[in-house]
Amino acid sequence: MVMIFGIPLQAFLGQLLIGLINGSFYALLSLGLAVIFGLLRVINFAHGAQYMLGAFVAMLLLQYFGINYWFALVLGPLIVGLFGALIERTMLSRLYKLDPLYGLLFTFGLALTIEGTFRYLYGAAGQPYSVPSQLAGGTNLGFMFLPIYRGWVVVVSLVACIGTWLLIEKTKLGSYLRAATENPVLVQAFGVNVPMLLTFTYGLGAALAAFAGVLAAPIYQVSPLMGSNIIIVVFAVVVVGGMGSIMGAILTGYMLGIAEGLTKVFYPEASNIVIFVIMAIVLLLRPAGLFGRDA
Amino acid sequence: MRKTLLTSLAVLFASTGLASSIAFAQSASDGKVKIGILNDQSGVYADFGGKSSVEAAKMAVEDFGGKVLGAPIEIVDADHQNKPDIASNIARQWYDTEQVDAIMELTTSSVALAVQAIGKEKKKIDIVTGAATTDLTGKQCSPYGFHWAYDTHALAVGTGGALVKQGGDTWFFLTADYAFGYSLEQQTSDFVKANGGKVVGAVRHPLATTDFSSFLLQAQSSGAKVIGLANAGLDTSNAIKQAAEFGITAGGQNLAALLFTLAEVHGLGLEAAQGLTMTEGYYWNLDDQSRAFGKKFFERTKKMPNMVHAGTYSAVTQYLKAIEKAGTDDTDAVAKALHEMPVDDFFARGGTVAANGRMIHDMYLLQAKKPADSKEPWDYFNVLATIPGKEAYMDPAKSGCELVK
Repeated sequence: MVMIFGIPLQAFLGQLLIGLINGSFYALLSLGLAVIFGLLRVINFAHGAQYMLGAFVAMLLLQYFGINYWFALVLGPLIVGLFGALIERTMLSRLYKLDPLYGLLFTFGLALTIEGTFRYLYGAAGQPYSVPSQLAGGTNLGFMFLPIYRGWVVVVSLVACIGTWLLIEKTKLGSYLRAATENPVLVQAFGVNVPMLLTFTYGLGAALAAFAGVLAAPIYQVSPLMGSNIIIVVFAVVVVGGMGSIMGAILTGYMLGIAEGLTKVFYPEASNIVIFVIMAIVLLLRPAGLFGRDA
Repeated sequence: MRKTLLTSLAVLFASTGLASSIAFAQSASDGKVKIGILNDQSGVYADFGGKSSVEAAKMAVEDFGGKVLGAPIEIVDADHQNKPDIASNIARQWYDTEQVDAIMELTTSSVALAVQAIGKEKKKIDIVTGAATTDLTGKQCSPYGFHWAYDTHALAVGTGGALVKQGGDTWFFLTADYAFGYSLEQQTSDFVKANGGKVVGAVRHPLATTDFSSFLLQAQSSGAKVIGLANAGLDTSNAIKQAAEFGITAGGQNLAALLFTLAEVHGLGLEAAQGLTMTEGYYWNLDDQSRAFGKKFFERTKKMPNMVHAGTYSAVTQYLKAIEKAGTDDTDAVAKALHEMPVDDFFARGGTVAANGRMIHDMYLLQAKKPADSKEPWDYFNVLATIPGKEAYMDPAKSGCELVK
């Protein structure tokens, strides 16, 4: 049997694939964070809560309205995105003039409030949500049994990541967005509604988080804690990738997912800290992150 | 920018620490019996025990009449966030400055061990209903420490035993990486080996892991007939859900959810949980007595109790009875009464307390019903067997506790 680092090749390939699947969630979530930070300079601590909200919206839509997974995949991000836009318009936008610390504290408080409310309403053990029947089951790849749903997650998150990147880097709307961050006053002078753009951006970031949440609902228990469990890791991903670098966030998400997956084979006890060790090393050697431009 | 980010993070972590230390500041007074319920109220074990245990304790006090020996009884509670250091600080503060007479519940073994050590040093009573490790009544036993609802030995004998009997003779463990997980893995392994089985491997995962696929894949490739889940709460639910996803159960490997209760089955849903075997010290739908408590508890909390909630009610009640019997709330006298008095209530039938503090009572081997067989909400289990207390719990003489002569 072919061995790699003392484990069979088959197991190794399996773990690589699992890392890629988890990396998909990291990539989607860190992408939203990077978009919000890059364009609004807000460190969005409510991102985990928005991810959790996405999963809960999917679950509640099914429970109360019988709306299935496929519609939830569209409606979930839409509802949470609108909620995000509302929050930005009514509250967050008032903090832009102040130190970024205020934005961070505000979103952190918001996250605690949302999570606390859901914990009060639904308890910590969470609620079940089934894999849609079209994606149930799995296929044997020879080296591992791949649940079809997990394969779907990888594909769809890649599409979402690339789509977002294209939207911001290659479209006219994206160029307005980027210009508005560089020099809001000048862009406004050209007749572009900058506050509206910022609201849209925050809504987009929240919608991306909710999208990841709906994707996660059938895999993980839909629980009020699911956001806070993942958010710190995602912050580490953004820091390693370079704050504000969108492509950096995507690539780092996948890379760290794989690094974590492999750690689970070689030294499982360290699997929840390996990402932070990498973060520390990267910060020491390249303070701006792997893909960040030195400011 | 980076500097502000780091400062912000520092502020953030400092502020969460601060909030938790303010939360339990309560006024103190003498001439009172004060019981502290210390458990996880916001993390992975919040449904396993959590705020509902606090309600159970309050119900016990109300049913007792609110007074013992003419002194009012008060319940205080706090969230230890599964961290032994936070728990120790709260326990010290409660015992030292707030005249708390006994601390109970104590979900999470690492926390229970830390608080019991403090109780031993300060000569204070603790009754553990939420934690599982047998070390509480073994090497780290206390003359003032009691272990009430269940322990890792009972789980190993119950759930482990049932699966070995069904022919599960090779095991692979997914183990939570702390005191409780080790203890549960160790005792289940011992039991499996003693019955001619073999343990082919184990992997340790951090507490509060969301994705188990990597570990499950290792378990799958081990070829073991049984995958022992030596973890609890949300961790176990996630592992079970993902095991189904990866075709592990369909592939013929059995899951042993070694610590799984009504609360987690409710969260997971019968669809995913059906067929699972588990061991509990209480099931609400067992008989009239247990149903009566279940219904009363449900009216207050909108959920049915598991063995931790029911056990906490039982422990509080027995503690109050012990004070009455001793005629004082002096620790030595109350501990002596607790050791002597039989426990007979809706929770424990003919229970006795051994010298090492272990309350020995019957346990129930349960199996989650098929969704179609569930007749009413929360009707989740078939009772497969009653495991007599003497079989379920370790012989106190072999526990390694210095108090057993």
